[in-house]
Amino acid sequence: MKQLVILSGKGGTGKTSVAAALAHLASQEMRIALADADVDAANLDLVLQPVRLEEHAFMGGQVAIIDPDRCTLCGRCYEVCRFDAVVPGEDCKAYRIDPLACEGCASCIYQCPAGAIHAQEQQAGLWFRSDTRFGPLFHAHLFAGQENSGKLVTMVKQQARLLAHDKGRDLLIVDGPPGIGCPVIAASAGADLALLVAEPTVSGIHDLERILATVNHFRVPAIVCINKADLNPGHTAAIEAFCAAGAIEMVGKLPYDSVVTKAMVQGQPVTAYQSEGLMAAALRRMWVRIGHRLRNGG
Amino acid sequence: MIIAIASGKGGTGKTTVATSLALSIADKAPLFLDCDVEEPNAALFLRPELDHRQEVGVPIPYIDPDKCTYCGRCAQVCVWHVIAVVGRKVLVFPELCHGCGSCTLNCPEGAISEVLDVRGSLESGRAGPILFAQGTLNVGQAMAVPVIRQLKHKYLPTANGAVAILDSSPGTSCPVVETMRGADFVLLVTEPTPFGLHDLRLAVQVARDELDLPVGVVVNRDGVGYAGVDEYCAAEGLPILLRIPQDRRIAEAISEGKTLVEALPGYRPRFTMLYERIVQAAASWKEAR
Repeated sequence: MKQLVILSGKGGTGKTSVAAALAHLASQEMRIALADADVDAANLDLVLQPVRLEEHAFMGGQVAIIDPDRCTLCGRCYEVCRFDAVVPGEDCKAYRIDPLACEGCASCIYQCPAGAIHAQEQQAGLWFRSDTRFGPLFHAHLFAGQENSGKLVTMVKQQARLLAHDKGRDLLIVDGPPGIGCPVIAASAGADLALLVAEPTVSGIHDLERILATVNHFRVPAIVCINKADLNPGHTAAIEAFCAAGAIEMVGKLPYDSVVTKAMVQGQPVTAYQSEGLMAAALRRMWVRIGHRLRNGG
Repeated sequence: MIIAIASGKGGTGKTTVATSLALSIADKAPLFLDCDVEEPNAALFLRPELDHRQEVGVPIPYIDPDKCTYCGRCAQVCVWHVIAVVGRKVLVFPELCHGCGSCTLNCPEGAISEVLDVRGSLESGRAGPILFAQGTLNVGQAMAVPVIRQLKHKYLPTANGAVAILDSSPGTSCPVVETMRGADFVLLVTEPTPFGLHDLRLAVQVARDELDLPVGVVVNRDGVGYAGVDEYCAAEGLPILLRIPQDRRIAEAISEGKTLVEALPGYRPRFTMLYERIVQAAASWKEAR
C-alpha cells in the first residue's frame, strides 16, 4: 500500500479540494482509503458526505487540577509554572489552573507542599471511522483550543493504515494540515510521496519553500502542483523554475476557477460535480502523473 | 488594545486584513506581531527593515555527570519522556522537551542545569510608523507555541498602550490559543463557503466560548459561495464588521505582494472604520460585563 500526503505550508491553497478530487479519480482505478489529518479544521467530510460508522473519544494529555480545600495559598505552583497556567483565584481563596494554558507537565504537582494538585486526563477530541463512496475515511475533531493535535493526527493515520492494510487497499490519501509544525510532521510520517499544493503568490512561494524544506528534512519525496496557476503567470513560471532547479516534478497546474467553490457548496469533489471542463481535465492529467509516480516508487 | 486576527480555515485573508488594518491606522503607530510562526508572511507585504534578531527556544536539561547518581528521578517526573537513564548513562531527547523545568526542580543532587535549545527566532524592525516583529519556527521543529509565547512576552504589552495587531496561524489548536490569549478583541476572517463556515464555528468556540473574548467577523470574497456564513453570524449575534467582495483584481494584487489598501486605496477609509468598529465593539462588550 502506498501513502500519499497532501500538504501546502500556506493555508487555503486548495489541499482539501485537491484531495477530494484525487479520491474520486483514484477510486475509479484502485482501492483507496482516506485520512483527514487536518484535525483542528477538518473539512474533507464536507465534500465526501461520509456515513459515520464509529465514534471514539480521543484522550489528549493531562491537566493539573487544584483542590481548593487543600490549597494553602503558598503560591509555589504559581512560581514554578512556566506556561502562565496557574492563576490566583478570583476570591483569593485558592489558586486555580487554566486548562487551556496547562501543558500537563506536572511540575506543580511535584512541588505542591500540601499535595493539593492532581493530574486528570482530558478528552481532547473525537475520531471517527466512516464510509464514503470512494472508500473508508478516518477523520477527527479536536476540541476547541486543545493541544496534542499531532498525537490525534497520528491516531487517525494509524487507524486508517491498519484498516487499509487489512482490507488490501492500494493507496491511502492523507489530507494534511497547513503549517510546518507538529501536525504536519505527524501527517507526513511514513508517507511515500508528498503532494505540495502551491499558489502563485509571494506568500505561496515563501511557504512552498518552507514546507519543501520540512518534507526534505523528514526524507519524504515531494511533487508540486500549482493551484490558481493563471492568477499570476510570472509567479507560476518562477515556481516551475524553482522546482526544475531542485529536480522536483511539477505534476499539474490548475486554473483559477469558480467551479471549485460551486462544487464545495454542493458537497462534491470538483471532478464529480463537473466531469468536463478545464479544471476536471487538469485534475485528471495530474492524477495520471501522480499514479505513475506512485507506481515507480514515490 | 490588542487585536488578534484569526480564521480557523487557512487562506481566508488574515494577513490581507491584518496588514491593511495596520496601514490604515498608521497614525496610531501600531505594533504588528506576526504570530504565524510556521508560515510568517506579513513581512512580505509590510516590508519592514528588520534590524534586530535573536534566537529563541526552550530550556532543556543539561545533566552534570560529576553530580549525577543515576537515580532516575528526572526520567520518572518527565511526562514527555525527554530523559532516559540507562545504567550509568543519561540520554536526553531535546526535541520532545517543553522546557517545564520539572526535572531540574526534582533532581535530589542539583545535577541539572538548563541550556537553550533553539527552536526559532524573533526579528523586529520598522515599517514606516509601524513597529513590526515576527517569530519564525525553524524547519523540522514541531512546537510553535514557545516561539509565539516568547514573541508576545517580548513585545507585549505595548508602550503607552499603543494598538497591537496580532496575525495568527490558521486552525483552532494551541498556536491559535496562544496568539489569542490576552487579546482585547478577536477578529475572525472568513469566506462564505462551507469550509469557511465550518472553521469559523470552531474559531468562535475557541475565542468566544473557551477564552471568553469579544469577537467580530470579516467576510472576505463576499459573493463567492452561499449565505451560510451570514445566517450563522446573524443567529449567533456575531457582528460582521467588514465585507471584502470577490474581486480578481484584489487576488492579483495580493499575489504580487501588494496590500489591499495599496492596490485599491479606496479601501483605506473602510479599514479605518473597521478599527473604530472594533474599538466600539470591545468597549460595549466590556460594559456589558
